[in-house]
Amino acid sequence: MPQFRGQELTCIRGERVVFAGLGFTLDAGGALLLKGPNGSGKSSLLRLMAGLLRPASGALAWDGEAIWSDPDGHCRRLHYVGHLDAVKPAFTVAENLAFWFGLQAGGSSASAVEAALEAFAIAHLADLPGRYLSAGQKRRLNLARIVAAPAPLWLLDEPATGLDEDAVARLEDAIARHRAGGGMAAVSTHAGLDVEAAEVVELGRFPAKDGFAAAGEWEP
Amino acid sequence: MSRFLHIVHRDLRLALRQGMDSLMVVFFFVLAVVLFPLGVGPEANLLARIAAGVIWVAALLAAMLSLERLFQNDFDDGSLELLVLAPVPLEVVVLAKVGAHWLTTGLPLMVTAPLLAVLLNLGADGFLVLVATLALGTPTLSLIGAVGAALVLGSRRGGVLLSLLLLPLYIPVLVFGVGAIDAAVGGFAMRAQILILGALFLGALALCPWAAAAALRQALE
Repeated sequence: MPQFRGQELTCIRGERVVFAGLGFTLDAGGALLLKGPNGSGKSSLLRLMAGLLRPASGALAWDGEAIWSDPDGHCRRLHYVGHLDAVKPAFTVAENLAFWFGLQAGGSSASAVEAALEAFAIAHLADLPGRYLSAGQKRRLNLARIVAAPAPLWLLDEPATGLDEDAVARLEDAIARHRAGGGMAAVSTHAGLDVEAAEVVELGRFPAKDGFAAAGEWEP
Repeated sequence: MSRFLHIVHRDLRLALRQGMDSLMVVFFFVLAVVLFPLGVGPEANLLARIAAGVIWVAALLAAMLSLERLFQNDFDDGSLELLVLAPVPLEVVVLAKVGAHWLTTGLPLMVTAPLLAVLLNLGADGFLVLVATLALGTPTLSLIGAVGAALVLGSRRGGVLLSLLLLPLYIPVLVFGVGAIDAAVGGFAMRAQILILGALFLGALALCPWAAAAALRQALE
């Protein structure tokens, strides 16, 4: 059974300690709910998990093996949803999705693309160019991307932003099915998204002042 | 390899849909060259003497015109993050994007250049060499340009900064490109210049994807 684990993680952004000594464990089928006020490091933690950022100290390991030792292997097993939806205005909805599917899965499959669009109820928009999509529709398209090509680890940064109730329900459903199939999910959220039986990580327990002291740069 | 072609294919289709970029580069190239006969007068000998240099300098500036956009659009809409996280080495992504960029800008420049050489009265011996030097030189310009484009990502006024960063690096390509054409027109051997252009291309091919990938990772931190 795969396990994704972080230990004693410290993240420093712009000489400010965002969090320190943070640890988590994700087992197959598990979920991590990241909570905390703005600027508490939810996005930073997800970017650390994705390998976009390097921790100032601490370790991230998949099945006991540091993710740095095999960056491409780590990329192959994760899906990341950030603040931006990566929708090309010149491509249709189906083309946008087909590109990301092909990049992740290394081939093309019209049925997988179709099914993923269906999962977020945007199949009827398949031939519409990306430039005509609303913010919510773009987000649905971005979420359809992670459903299309399976990967065991989902890293979702405020995935419910801009979504209506129907889409939030579809997202919750997608996460539940992903976990039922042995997948893991780390989700940052303020409110509105219900992830069952998730382990909650409260960020923001490290105020900036203490952070500076910890880094040895604060001397009152 | 299939993922490499997948990215090239995507960038080519994007360039074709948005159309203007390639055309703009070629129009700029033509206009810049056409200005010279108007500026220095229509004396055929003088134009023949400066033809190689004018075409190469204009090609260099035209190639730079579109470089700013190489990664900028993907950076702005979040695609770059996903490309970095794709299960392909980032160096391969860079190489694919540079390849697509060359096909949409360097190749049209190469095709247009002989026509402009007629306009500038370039010696008959120089035509083939002109195309050959551009064939070796423009991919080098795209490769070096990718490093610059990655370095200025996220900075305001990136375009100006990019020119200041790249033009000095383009000098060797310019010198040996023009040198080879002048040698051919003058009836001298030009093997050495062509070989050096080839070496510059291979050097850039080996080094630039790594440098650009490192700069991209830095830009996303």
